[in-house]
Amino acid sequence: MDLAVKLIVFLPLLAAFIAGFFGRAIGDRGAQVVTTGALLIAAALSWFVFFKIGFGDAAGTVRIATWISSGTFEVLWALRADTLTAVMLIVVTTVSSMVHLYSVGYMAEDKSVPRFMAYLSLFTFAMLMLVTSDNLVQLFFGWEGVGLASYLLIGFWYDRPSANAAAIKAFLVNRVGDFGFALGIFAIYMLTGSVQFDAIFKAAPELAKLTFTFLGAEVPALTTVCLLLFVGAMGKSAQLGLHTWLPDAMEGPTPVSALIHAATMVTAGIFMVARCSPLFEYSQTALDVVTLVGAGTAFFAATVGLTQFDIKRVVAYSTCSQLGYMFFALGVSAYPAGMFHLMTHAFFKALLFLGAGAVIHAMHHEQDMRNMGGLKDKIPQTYWLMWIGTLALAGIGVPVIGGHGIGFAGFYSKDIILESAFSAHTTVGMIAFWLGIAAAFMTAFYSARLMFMTFHGEARWNTGHGHGHDAHGHDAHGHDDHGHKDDHGHGDHHLPVKVPGVMMVPLYVLALGAVIAGGVAYNAFVGDGLEKFWRGSILILKEHHALHDAHNAPLWVKVLPLIMAITGIALAYHFYVQKPSLPSQTAASFPFLYRFSFNKWYFDELYDALFVRPSMWLGRQFWKKGDVGIIDEVGPNGLARGAGRLAGVLGRAQSGYLYHYAFAMLIGVAVLVTWYMLSRGQ
Amino acid sequence: MIMATWPVLTLTTFLPLIGAAWILLFTRNNEAGVANAKHAALWTSLATFVVSLFIWFGFDTRNPGFQFREYVEWIPAYKIAYHMGVDGISMPFVLLSTFLTPLCILASWEAIETRVREYMVAFLILETFMVGMFCALDLMVFYIFFEAVLIPMFLIIGIWGGKDKIYAAFKFFLYTLAGSVFMLLAILVIYFKAGTTDIPTVMATLKLPLEWQIWLWLGFFVSFAVKVPMWPVHTWLPDAHVQAPTAGSVILAGVLLKMGAYGFVRFSIPMLPLASDFFTPFIFVLSCIAVVYTSLVALAQEDMKKLIAYSSVAHMGFVTIGIFVMNVQGVQGALFQMLSHGLVSGALFLCVGVVYDRLHTREIDRYGGLSDNMPRYALVFMFFTMASVGLPGLSGFVGEFLVLTGAFKANTWVAAIASLGVILGAAYALYLYWRICFGKLTKPDVKAMADMNPREIAIFAPIVLMTIWMGVYPQTFLDVMDASVTKLVADYGAALKAAGKTAMLR
Repeated sequence: MDLAVKLIVFLPLLAAFIAGFFGRAIGDRGAQVVTTGALLIAAALSWFVFFKIGFGDAAGTVRIATWISSGTFEVLWALRADTLTAVMLIVVTTVSSMVHLYSVGYMAEDKSVPRFMAYLSLFTFAMLMLVTSDNLVQLFFGWEGVGLASYLLIGFWYDRPSANAAAIKAFLVNRVGDFGFALGIFAIYMLTGSVQFDAIFKAAPELAKLTFTFLGAEVPALTTVCLLLFVGAMGKSAQLGLHTWLPDAMEGPTPVSALIHAATMVTAGIFMVARCSPLFEYSQTALDVVTLVGAGTAFFAATVGLTQFDIKRVVAYSTCSQLGYMFFALGVSAYPAGMFHLMTHAFFKALLFLGAGAVIHAMHHEQDMRNMGGLKDKIPQTYWLMWIGTLALAGIGVPVIGGHGIGFAGFYSKDIILESAFSAHTTVGMIAFWLGIAAAFMTAFYSARLMFMTFHGEARWNTGHGHGHDAHGHDAHGHDDHGHKDDHGHGDHHLPVKVPGVMMVPLYVLALGAVIAGGVAYNAFVGDGLEKFWRGSILILKEHHALHDAHNAPLWVKVLPLIMAITGIALAYHFYVQKPSLPSQTAASFPFLYRFSFNKWYFDELYDALFVRPSMWLGRQFWKKGDVGIIDEVGPNGLARGAGRLAGVLGRAQSGYLYHYAFAMLIGVAVLVTWYMLSRGQ
Repeated sequence: MIMATWPVLTLTTFLPLIGAAWILLFTRNNEAGVANAKHAALWTSLATFVVSLFIWFGFDTRNPGFQFREYVEWIPAYKIAYHMGVDGISMPFVLLSTFLTPLCILASWEAIETRVREYMVAFLILETFMVGMFCALDLMVFYIFFEAVLIPMFLIIGIWGGKDKIYAAFKFFLYTLAGSVFMLLAILVIYFKAGTTDIPTVMATLKLPLEWQIWLWLGFFVSFAVKVPMWPVHTWLPDAHVQAPTAGSVILAGVLLKMGAYGFVRFSIPMLPLASDFFTPFIFVLSCIAVVYTSLVALAQEDMKKLIAYSSVAHMGFVTIGIFVMNVQGVQGALFQMLSHGLVSGALFLCVGVVYDRLHTREIDRYGGLSDNMPRYALVFMFFTMASVGLPGLSGFVGEFLVLTGAFKANTWVAAIASLGVILGAAYALYLYWRICFGKLTKPDVKAMADMNPREIAIFAPIVLMTIWMGVYPQTFLDVMDASVTKLVADYGAALKAAGKTAMLR
């Protein structure tokens, strides 16, 4: 068991090391084999561990070494494996191994294959360190590690300004979140004298009664800690306010978007809050904030997703929105439901991204859906697979009274979340429920819109238009052209190409997950078997019974999401297949709403004006006015003018010989000693 | 312990001086002589490093006091003695100095073309003074080394520097000399009060009232603050760095900046605890300003070296915060941060040196897209950029995190404002990296630049290894400091308590 966990975590690191440093020696193929092989092994081991822990009794912690020990501050390198971790292990390694495999085909023509594979494996290692951590600081290690990998992969095509800007933005926005996270860790150490999970969880009930002075105010201890930690989670999981980096992160190669920015890294915030459930449970305020932020994000991102034209950005906003669902599930203490959705979402969202990647590949790097259409006969397998992902995302299934129905994976997990929010019977719970219902409608609409615009209707790619010539044209460099070495002939430039088999296998595997993961796992994750499955890894206080009551939610609550989903899809069909002129007419009749959505609620513009420009301006002012203008003028330059003659002497000295300097040195020492002697004498 | 009878500190201190003398006496100013001088300098500094390893391995980590002590009367009439010794606080810095010097000499191998012999001599003398400064256990000996360090560094900047070297050297000299005058006065007062200049004795016996302590503290403060440098006496640093040759910058950032902070830990805190407590808020304010202000200034820089110089000021702001929060995490974090910064910022200056040697400009906009033709360089530069922004798993994180942990206990405002520096630190560092290594490789002269050669890789490799080691298993170093730091903090608390001040819960 211990060995299996160690192998799962360190195999990807080893693979990254080999591919990264010996890439030239082992070649592209070697790097692909080493990294993909390591990940496949890790995935197999993860499933083994998952069954041992989830349905056996194998949970435990593997100590490796002391990391930092200073006074009472003590942090270990340790791998903790309980059910919560095991769920993350299978999600991370399964999706990661599939993405590795997919990349073999997708990145085949890139000039830095080993570097790409090494980054992917490095990311996986960091993510695994994150989920197996047994203390907050090691979690932070993984947290920053995945941030680094994300930064490197978003900026993988470093010759594109837009990719570099997106990479740096992702890192910095995450740092803002980490600012809160770090303060949370400091606070909890100050309050409990530990950063180790078991120790701080034990102290939580006591902490709930304490207050401490934070930034001059007397604040409730536990709530403050939870909120600070949650700021970190908001950054990593792209929640409202700190979400701006995620859509831009689509500058990275598509496999990266699938792995990091859909299935795994962005769910780290969910994982962290679930892991800290023994803290959050004792702070109603913190839980309410989590609920509201999650619900707000679910709604906000869905509204933006309605109007985007870049195929990847639509999926990105959908991710943002789905993460919001997971958060408000956590906020109403339905942690298992949040984790359930995390798991199913990983499958169908990775499927959608990889499918989108296949479309982009087939379309010769085109990402604008306005230049697609009619692809369903050209790439039929991709088409059907993406419909599976879409239906899973929309949450299509048939609810059955008394049972839990039958449908795609997302149907189970999304419905249990909405039912939990409703069954919380609190104001924030109801807000979350209704925002979630609205978002469910929009989700169905924009995902179906994506399908219809891409695969149905007339083909808009053979009309002889140029790339990026549209009104809202993207920067041509922004497209995912995965660095082709050879130019395609211009004659067949607009004809879709076949998608290679190595890219299709992962799609089928993920599609299988998107179909069955919900039904199969329902019982253990959120059904009757939930207590036996999660055991001690998640804490839900007795008075928080939203998840328990969710199974007894009224029928209309169970049916409403489905109605919303079907209506959304139907409406999209009407808009984009039956009457293709409708979308622009609608946009024209609500210009303000349309522009507000299209421009993503103007968050980027706002932050640019509030933070980016003022920082640069302040930097220049401090430098030119502060350092050069004031400090130097008053200080050394002022003195220098007075001692201009001395400078002249120095100038001459510079042209002399070494002996002069040696002599000057001796004189210096002599003067010091003499001075000392004389002053002693007085 | 056998080595206790063996003057290993004296040997470490003066071995470089012997090498310097050899170069002066036995090499000539011709091609062969220059080559001999280079080799002599390299081997001397390597030998010194090997000797200093004996200190490391012979060091008893459980002993909080001074070890390897050597005592020779010097001016008995005034009770001044050549007294050497190291404890857990100073010992790592001896190693840092001896570790960096050979790398610096290697880095100067081709970059220095004029007066090579003299340059090597200056560097070896510099090493002697640095090591001596960290080993000195007599105020007068300390003062001499502390000031003497200025001279070779002044020459290195003034002779082998860039085009405004005179201005920079002069500014450097003026600032630091102005500071040292006040320190000398403070040392004299201590001598009159304690009757001795022996540091351990003074630490144990000097108990001055607060009013006296305040004046003495200020005397030391002026000198140390300039060396650190703290805001607003930091403006000499960017100029000095920009003009200094690469290796000069490495030593300046790596060791010389640590002298001020070391001074605070060695003198201000244990000898003048009441005043240190009194001035703590003052230090906090200056440090917080330093962190935020200089980070913002770094963001606006157009010169690579200036940017890294400003980042040094910001990083040293963390150090001064850590020292004055006066709990174990804070002080240990500060010392660790000093070591880490010594390696990382030294390496960053070496990174600048690599491209400067090729293109002879430090202007950021002249570069771009280096990842294409210099992949090895891009990797190393990325590594140290990440170490500098405090990525966990590399050395920068441990110090920063411990300092902030300690600071949070003392004052949440300080911790919060300093944590802002962590965000800004990432901003300027990544922005720099973007402009140098990312982007399209279009400029023909940049395109022609060759990747790092084996000599350059040999310089970086040991620093890379140390940075990982310090990040993954910092215990090796924290253990060394532990006993001495614990004692320092305990003594400080006791002194405040004795003076009737309710010591904060540490």
